[in-house]
Amino acid sequence: MDLSLSTETVGDRTVVRVGGEIDVYTAPKLREQLVELVNDGSYHLVVDMEGVDFLDSTGLGVLVGGLKRVRAHEGSLRLVCNQERILKIFRITGLTKVFPIHTSVEDAVQATD
Amino acid sequence: MATVELLFSALPEHVRTARLVAAAVARRAGVDEAVLDEVRLAVGEACSRAVSLHRSHEIAGPVKVMLTEDEKKFSIEVADDAPHPGVMAATAAAASGSAAHVAPAGSPAPSASVPATPEESEDDMGLAVISGLVDDVEVTASETGGLIRMSWPTTPSAVTP
Repeated sequence: MDLSLSTETVGDRTVVRVGGEIDVYTAPKLREQLVELVNDGSYHLVVDMEGVDFLDSTGLGVLVGGLKRVRAHEGSLRLVCNQERILKIFRITGLTKVFPIHTSVEDAVQATD
Repeated sequence: MATVELLFSALPEHVRTARLVAAAVARRAGVDEAVLDEVRLAVGEACSRAVSLHRSHEIAGPVKVMLTEDEKKFSIEVADDAPHPGVMAATAAAASGSAAHVAPAGSPAPSASVPATPEESEDDMGLAVISGLVDDVEVTASETGGLIRMSWPTTPSAVTP
């Protein structure tokens, strides 16, 4: 399955819904999307990963890159994920300490810390 | 001989194919369903790393994946043809008799000793994911290529009377 991306603005947040597989082939598309959003002035991003079937270290690299970009503008990048197999990858790489991970888009959109 | 051997051009779009094939062979070999996600991820990481190494070293040859079903375990080997900086450096140091100075100032530095590129940093994250996922993993490398060998236990599919 290829990567699907859609964006939606909720208040001052931009929700990026990601579906399919994020790997070495598809990750550049996600990177482009995040770079474009930041270049267009969206600095508070919520990446909804509930539709993601597969994530590898290339995908993690893109998310870390996105986080660095929004932080340069005092922004935020929050993730929404409830899938154990995806969460496991964040845990083994220690990235659960880097990304705020929420259980729902509503939660992530309302979070302010 | 491997149960299934897969050779693919070092292009990112083929890594998914390698994942699918590895997971299918692993399932057939009797790897626990709960572990198949880990097999898929680990082989994907190893192949992504090999693809990245081939591309950064402009190696035209294919990445090789060997899937081997033994009586009690299922093994995956992912081989690349890239010269590995660490090994080259260690070899150079051993040859010059100095462990501290791999590339003395003024001497032409071998291409493998250039500073780590962003791709190489991503490779490190790939290796971190593999070692976090797989208990039995071995990474070896030489001037002519590298090999990641991983294995998982299998359970016999047929119940013996």
